[in-house]
Order: sequence, then C-alpha cells, then structure tokens
Amino acid sequence: MADDTNTAKAPPRRFDAGAFLFSETGRLAVITVLIFVAMALLAPGGRFVSEANLSSMAFQFPEFAILALAMMLAMLTGGIDLSVIGIANLSAIAAALVLSSLFGAQAVGADAGLAVSLAIVASLAVGLAAGTANGIAIGVFGLPPILATLGTGLMFTGLAVAITGGSAVIGFPATFATIGNGAVFGVPVPLIIFAVLAAAVAVVLNRTAFGLKVQMLGTNPLAARFAGVDDLAVTLRTYIISGGLAAVAGLVIMSRANSAKADYGASYLLLSILICVLGGINPYGGFGRVAGLVLAVLSLQFLSSGLNMLQVSNFARELIWGALLLLVMVVNGFGFRRSR
Amino acid sequence: MPDTRQAPFVEITGVSKSYAGVTALSDVGFTIAPGEVVCLAGENGSGKSTLIKVLSGVVRPDRGGVAIDGASDRVQSPRDAIAAGIQVIFQDFSLFPNLSVAENVAFSAELSEGRRLVRRSQMRAIAAEAFERVGVAIDLERRVDTLSVADKQLVAICRALASKARLIVMDEPTTALTEREVRSLLAIIRRLSADGVAVLFVSHKLAEIFEVCEKIVVLRNGAKVAEGPAGDFDLAGLAFHMTGRTFAEAAPAALPAGRPVVLEVERLNRGDLLHDVSLSLRSGEVLGITGLLGSGRTALAKALFGLLPLDSGRIAVDGRDVALGSPRDAIAAGIGYVPEDRLTEGLFLSQSIARNIAVGRLDAHRAGAGFIDRSSLDREVSDWITQLRIVAPDAEAPVQSLSGGNQQRVVLARWLATAPKVLVLNGPTVGVDIGSKADIHAVVARLSADGMGVIVISDDLPEVLGTCHRILVMKAGRIVDEVAGGSLSEGDLARKLAA
Amino acid sequence: MPKLDLTRNETLVALVVVAFCAVTAIVQPNFLSLPTLFDLLRGSIVIGIFAIGVLLVLISGGIDVSFTAIAAFAMYTTTLTLTSLGIDIPWPAAFALSILIGTGLGLLNAVFIAGFRLPTLIVTLGTLSLIRGFLLTFVGSQLISNMPPSLREFSRLIMVRGTTADGYFYSLPWAFAALVAVVIGTWFLLYRTMLGRTIFAIGGSVESARRIGIPVRGAQVFVYAYVGALSGLAGIIHASLARVANPFDLVGLELSVIAAVVLGGARLAGGYGTITGTLLGVALIVLVNNSLILLGIPSTWQMVVIGALILVGTGVPAYQAKRAALRAG
Repeated sequence: MADDTNTAKAPPRRFDAGAFLFSETGRLAVITVLIFVAMALLAPGGRFVSEANLSSMAFQFPEFAILALAMMLAMLTGGIDLSVIGIANLSAIAAALVLSSLFGAQAVGADAGLAVSLAIVASLAVGLAAGTANGIAIGVFGLPPILATLGTGLMFTGLAVAITGGSAVIGFPATFATIGNGAVFGVPVPLIIFAVLAAAVAVVLNRTAFGLKVQMLGTNPLAARFAGVDDLAVTLRTYIISGGLAAVAGLVIMSRANSAKADYGASYLLLSILICVLGGINPYGGFGRVAGLVLAVLSLQFLSSGLNMLQVSNFARELIWGALLLLVMVVNGFGFRRSR
Repeated sequence: MPDTRQAPFVEITGVSKSYAGVTALSDVGFTIAPGEVVCLAGENGSGKSTLIKVLSGVVRPDRGGVAIDGASDRVQSPRDAIAAGIQVIFQDFSLFPNLSVAENVAFSAELSEGRRLVRRSQMRAIAAEAFERVGVAIDLERRVDTLSVADKQLVAICRALASKARLIVMDEPTTALTEREVRSLLAIIRRLSADGVAVLFVSHKLAEIFEVCEKIVVLRNGAKVAEGPAGDFDLAGLAFHMTGRTFAEAAPAALPAGRPVVLEVERLNRGDLLHDVSLSLRSGEVLGITGLLGSGRTALAKALFGLLPLDSGRIAVDGRDVALGSPRDAIAAGIGYVPEDRLTEGLFLSQSIARNIAVGRLDAHRAGAGFIDRSSLDREVSDWITQLRIVAPDAEAPVQSLSGGNQQRVVLARWLATAPKVLVLNGPTVGVDIGSKADIHAVVARLSADGMGVIVISDDLPEVLGTCHRILVMKAGRIVDEVAGGSLSEGDLARKLAA
Repeated sequence: MPKLDLTRNETLVALVVVAFCAVTAIVQPNFLSLPTLFDLLRGSIVIGIFAIGVLLVLISGGIDVSFTAIAAFAMYTTTLTLTSLGIDIPWPAAFALSILIGTGLGLLNAVFIAGFRLPTLIVTLGTLSLIRGFLLTFVGSQLISNMPPSLREFSRLIMVRGTTADGYFYSLPWAFAALVAVVIGTWFLLYRTMLGRTIFAIGGSVESARRIGIPVRGAQVFVYAYVGALSGLAGIIHASLARVANPFDLVGLELSVIAAVVLGGARLAGGYGTITGTLLGVALIVLVNNSLILLGIPSTWQMVVIGALILVGTGVPAYQAKRAALRAG
C-alpha cells in the first residue's frame, strides 16, 4: 500500500497564467484576440474598430449566442436540440400575436407596457412548454435526442407556419423595439440580456446540484442512474431551460426585425452548433464551459463583421462557418476523445 | 512439466511484459498440444488478460515470444494469430446482433477468402458444419440479438471453428452462463478437444477448472507459479497457488450479540429470477451472498437497489417498510450499492475524482436556493480521499487515470459519503489487484465494526469466506443454504454451489 | 400469407399508408385514380433516391444531412458547365458528370468521418454549409432556365402516358426507372454482396467488426461516396424534370428524407433498416406532401403532420423498448 503522501489533494484554487494559455479556453482566447487584431488591420480605414462597428456587433451576436446557450445545455447531457430555431420562432409568433391583436402598434404608455409584458410571458410560456415536450419525448419515451428534436422542431416550425400562413406578423408598439435595439448607458439591451443569461447558465452549471448532475448525466447516464441522479428530472429541466432560452432568443430576433415569421434565423441552427463545438463543448456530452462558448461567439462575430467589411457575401460566410466547424473538430480531435 | 505426448502446437517461451514500469508478465512459458485443454488459472490481476493479448498478437511482449508448430516468433499481429489458427472468444463475444447466426459464423471465413458476393447456401453450409462439430442444432436464420447468452457463446465458438481455429482461447467463458449452460459448454469443450482443437480455458473458478482441463497453468502476480496435469492438483492446492495463501483469510471478528436488524427482506418474488427470497441483516454484520451465475445473486442485488421491479415481497430498513421503485428510493431508504460493472455502472471515467465522489452528495450540501456549498463539499471529498487512501496526483485528475483498486475506492468513497445503513457490494474486488483487494476487505471490516450492515455479493469464494459473518448460497433464484463464515473450506463451499 | 407482425415498422407504416389512402378516398372519391398514382410515383423519384442513400448511411451507423447540398452542387455545376461551354453532350454523359461530382463530395464527408473519426451529424452539418456556401459564392447563384438540350430531351422521355375516361391526363417520365434501378442495385448491394453485409455488420457493432478484421474505414468511405453518387443522380434528375437548375433548390429537404427513412424502421444507432420500409416511408411522406389538402387539411399543416409522424412512428417503438428493458431489470 502506498503511503499517504501521494494521496490526492483538492486542487489549489488560484490562477496560473501559464496553464491557462495552454488550456482549451486559453487557446480560444488567443484565437479570439488574433481574429480581432487581424480584422482591425485588414478592414479598410480602421472601420472595424470604429465605435459604430463595435456597437453594431454588440447588437448582432446576442440572438444567436443565446441560441447557442440553449444548444449547449442539450449537448452537455449528451443530446442535441435541433428544435431551438423552431421554438424561437413559434414563441416569437405567440408574442407577436399578443402584441398585434391586443393593443396594436399604436399602443403607448401603460397599455404598451402591459402588452409587452404579456407578450414576454406568452413567448416564455410557449418556449417552456416546447422544452417540456422535448424533455418528455427524450426522457419519458426514450427517443434519441436527434430524432425527438427533429420531430418536435418540425412540429414547432409547422405550427408557426400553420398559425401565420407563412407570412410575417407585424405591428408592435414602439416600446417593444427596446428589447432588440435599445441601450442602457450605451450598453445594448440584447448584450445585457445575453450577459445575464450566460452568467446565470455558468452559475447553474458550476454552483448548483442540478448543473453538476447535468454534466455527470452527460458523461455516463447509466452510472448517473446508479449514483441516484434523477435522470428524468434532470433531462426534463435541461430541455425546459433550453426551450426558455430559445424563447428569449426569439424575442430578441423579433424585436430587432420588428416582425415575427416562421422561417427567421434558419442559418442559426448550424451556427449555434458551430459555436458550441468551437467553444469546446464536447458533442458526446459531459464537458463544456460557458467561457468557451462566449469566446467562440466573439471570435465568430469578429470574423463575420470583418468579412462583411471585406465585401464577402453571406454565402461565403456560410462556406466559412462550415469549413471552420470541420477544422475545429479536426484540431480538437473529438473522434479520438470519445470516452464511451 | 511440459506435455510430451506430441509436438506442441503453441509454445510460449519466456514472455515478459511491463506497462509503464509495472510488470504484467515475467518470464512466462508453457506449451499447448493439439487438442489439449489447458486451463490458465489465476486471480484477477494475475496477468491472464495480458497473456491472452500476447497470444492473439494484440500486444507485443518485451521479451520472449510465441512459436507455432515449432516456428518461433510467428505471432506478431492479430492477423498472424488468426492465420495461425488462434481464435480468441472475448467475454462480450464480439458478434453482430443484427445479422443471422449463419452470417455471424461464416462472415470472417468468407471474407478471408476474398469473396465479393454473398453465397447464402455456402454460408449456411459453413455454419451447419461448425454446429455439427460442436454437436448442437440451432436455427441458422435466427437473428443473433434474439438468442440467449449461452447460444451467443455457441455462435462465437462456431465462428472460431469456421475460421479454421486450432486453438480457441476462452476468456472467462462461464461468467455469464447458468449452471446447466456451463455443463453443456464443458461438454462442448471435450468434444472440440477430441476433434483436435486445443482450448485455452481462462478462469478463476476452481470447480470448473477441474472438470474439464488436462493441464493447469497458474499465474500469480504476472509469474507462472505452477504447471502440471490436472490430476496433480487438488482444490486446496490450486487455491494456494492462485492466492499464495495456505488457508482462507481469517474469519471476521465475531458479531456481538443483540445487534438490531437493519434490513429485513421477506419472500421476494420476481418471475423466474427470484423465488421466496427472505433474509435479515443486523447492524455490524457482513452477510455474504454467493452462487453461480443465474443463481439469482445479481437479481437480488438489483431488487435491493430498486432496479428490478418485484412481483411480491417486503423490504424493510430499520423496521420501516420501503417501496423501492428506483435507485433514488433505495438511497433515500439508506441503501447503497456498489455495482458489479465498475466501468459502465459505477464510474464517470472522464470526470474528476472529486466529482465522482461528490455526485451522490450534491443535494446534501445545499447552501440554499439550489446552490452548493462548495467548501463543505470539497472538505468532505478530500476527507474521503484521505480516509480511503486514494492514490492520485490530485482530486481533479480524471478517474480513468487511476488503477482498478483506486477506482473501486472512489466508488466506495461515494457511497460511504452518503452514510448508508446498508451497503450492498456486488463483486467488490473484480478486476482489482491483490493488494487493493485486502485493503477493500479491510474497509468492509471497518464499516461493519462501525455498525453498518454490509452485504457482499460475490462468486469469489475466499472473499466471502474471509469477510462474511454469514453466507447465503443461492441457486435457481432461491436461497438454498446458509453457513457461518470461516466455518468451512473453500472446496466445501464450491461443492455446495455446484451441488 | 405471413402473419401480420405489428411490431415491425414496415407493417405499421404500410397500415398508415393504407389508412391514409382509404380516408382520402372516402372524402375525395376521385383520389383513387391513375393520375393520383402517377403523381405520387413522380413525386417519389427524387426523394426516393435520396432516401435509399440515407438508408445506407443509417445502416452503417452514421447519419448524413449534407446530401441535398451535394445534389444541388452537382446538379448546378453540371448544368452550368454544359450551358456556359455551350457543348451538348448526350444526357447520359451529363448524368455521369453530375454523379461524379456527387461522388467526389461524398468522399469529402468520408475524409472527416472515416479518416478523422468525427461524429457524423456534426461533420455533415459542416459539409452541408461548406458545399452550399461554395456553390453560391464561387459557382453561381443565378437560376439557369435555359437548360442544355440533352437534359430537356431527357425530361421528355415518357414511360407511360394516357388519359382517363373522364379526361384527366397522366404520365410517368422515364426518370422513374432511375429510382427502380437504384432500388434494385442497392438491394443487390446490401443483401447479395459481402460489402453490403459488411455495412450491416459495422452498423451492428463497429468494435466486433474491427476485432474480426473487417476493413471498417474502407466500408465507410464507400458508404459516403455511394450517397454522394446517388445525390448527384437525384440532383440532375430534379433539374431535368423541373427544366430549370436552381441552386437554392433541394437544400431543406433533408429532414423530410431522414424522416421517411426513420419512419420505415431504420435505426439511428445503426445496423437495422430495410428497403421496403424506406420506400413505404417515402410513400407516406409524399402522400402527406401531395394529398393532405384532399383531406381538408391546409398544406400549411404539412410540417406539423410530418413532425407528429416522426414522433409517433419512432416514439412508440422506443417506448416499447424502454419498457421491455425496465421489465427485464
């Protein structure tokens, strides 16, 4: 028997700069900074670092960053949520219908405030209900997450189409635009929403029993059951939270577009998966940090804005996203790291 | 004492292998003649599995080699081993569940012939011939996922035969079989031997070793400690060679009288698995439950942990009836369970030691609003790491970097942290080296001394004899016998199991 | 006649198809007619070819969502090459070119899946975006309505045509023969060649396949190349029949196709799936797409119905399997 001096110790909780740079998050931070610098140098006339561009970026990324948070939770349990866009649009349409039918675009003052509050409640309710449906399909009926969320995603988008006939819902009170376009002390409201949600998810994952159970369940569902983790409750709550986050993203998208439609944000599904994979969230479950996700979001937004200034088309951006996803997977070597 | 009746088919000479400085095999050598049934005996961690890997070309030895038909160093890769006629049947059989019996048997034979088109009749003929050789009839068109474990094993044996096996290595072939199935497997092995196919039977179960083998090779701590015709050994002698101990471990300290009953189980019934199983466990008692596979020992363990729905019966902890519908119910009732399959059921391999221990205690360290009190949780975790002497660089190291013994201690730590009234250990020392095994037994003794009720479910007879106050013998879903620990020899207990 | 086995997906889907037709026929008596049948057959050509490819991937234990992008790329690049060079090669040569391009793009998937052993869903999501982005950025994003003469000629090859008693015209293009050929060819591949059995074996257990020396990577490369080839074929047929090459077409169909295959009983975990089931799944999806409106359900509800079919069609067997596992302890 070995002597006690070798016995494992709890790690010291201090910051080690050298180790950080070599960690996955550290590497990503370096990449993010490099992309920022490269774009600042490449974009003509220093436009990339202009206040206008920085602010416009801060308005752009929160909507898909919030969707990526929703995707991240599903991935941490070892699943995936292909229905996030469907949930975002369906819940946004619910909110839009409340707004346009209740008081109409002319509502001001207290009426508008009430209308907006009701709309937010309606959208969150739809998002949470949709998440519950996912959780039940996966946790209770035992469908593989890909199939379950493929099916529910089609249903959510389908319902959105069926309700609206496929056209956009418009006519919101001006107050509603604050969610997507407003700023508090110069900080864009969508950015504040994302920052709060990201911090909340990070706290939930690291500081609550539920968050740790999510990661344990994602690592080995069978061992989690044997360790007394209530797998059904954890799965349900994860997908419910994921649905709620998607609904918030839907509200931001709707407010920025000043309309709600069944097919908004179609390219965000790939983007949210890309962000997760780039941010080091293991697609097989169990591992991932919000910090990584935030860095991935920033680097993609820098890249996207920079390419935009370099007159690169939207289609080319799609190409670059795809190439990046493949490249990151190859570099991270997820295939070899599979533990189960 | 090598077999000299005929020229050996396989000759293993001076094989040594070490991993990262730890010796797995040192200077092991023996021969296998055509049609000979050799038993490779040894406890877990004795080097058996490394030797199988060397023999099948998966692992290259540091020194020594494997000669085939007198030609030395013929096994350099798995392909070489297969070409030489060495087939390994792994514990999971490595079959294709979605293909038919005939296809599973004939697949590699047809593939190695370079066939491009499927010849169904030919495949059936190959499979039929293989089944003829083992003397068993089976529906060749049945899909393998509909077969019983024993039939799957037959398919694996027939596949080895169809691939022109001259030596079939069977790795612990009886672990998943019922008694009757074990007997028919042993009959098939005799038949193969008569047919000229050699069998290397790898096992640590004494009773069956004697029934079938002509020659016995015993490994202990990576070295060959005995070799000879089966007739030269008796149960006690073989047990001595395997364990290095002359007699079973000292029986546990006597149980003080008048300890309260912590667990009461009355007339549990469940289909074919459990019939009227009743038992009671006192505080501070270590109760052993043993039996062959399919005897119901694992079903009982699962029932006690809420993993097996019961048809009828009553379970009470501390005199209070509990309904066990899930592991959570069992944990809430004060029952802990260390599962049989540590790697898939017990551990989160890629997660840290700390998290593996903490996972059962997350709800207990709430600081309000769902938050965890991290400092108290960390304290508790490092406390258990010290208490159980888990050896690792730090608590954040992934569990997969630990040795089997340390991994098992992590699982134990998780359960001990929940302070259960009853701890059920299913195969607590499977795949654990001998040193750690003694440590884990010491932990069990200490826990019971502290008043916990412990149930040890195991087919490792020295283990139950040495650690348990009482031993229940199960057979066909019933408890058929009860003996006091330390009151009889390993051979006597083995006979009771097989009776 | 064999007994009706309700635990088989094929039987269930066949019953749903029959029930759907029966109800529609009651509501709309002229549903049961040759024009309806030929509309359905015509509508199944492209989806059917796609579905056979997806079936092969699912059997091998993977999933592919990039096949529609491959089809669009192969179809558009082929058409653009022919029109911009102004050469008129016979349609079989044009088809061969499209199939070749598709195969090449399928091999791209194979590099990441067989070469780097990356998860198939995420790889093909990546290549979907990559291939489509490349097509629209570098090849072109303009509709080509002036199709090469040889492709127009192909679209005029009609296998069956006629007029019903009440004056409805119906026809079936020869393109349908391509689906038949793909079905027969793939059936032969899957059930009569060792390669096909190898694909089943890998889907059943990759680990076992490696242990008995089956070339796993080779088979995976074949699977993704084959799906690429089928996508190239489906793409060029789509463009010929539509008489227009639209680079924005096809992408978006992938989920319906996967739905069809999964409804037909193929399992995401690999190893299980039949051609009969797949064709029945395709029939169901095409019926829902074409004929929902005859039942008085507006076409805007199509997606909801398909989503519900996936959830029910795969949820019931999944739930049964889960219950059985629980009962066994």
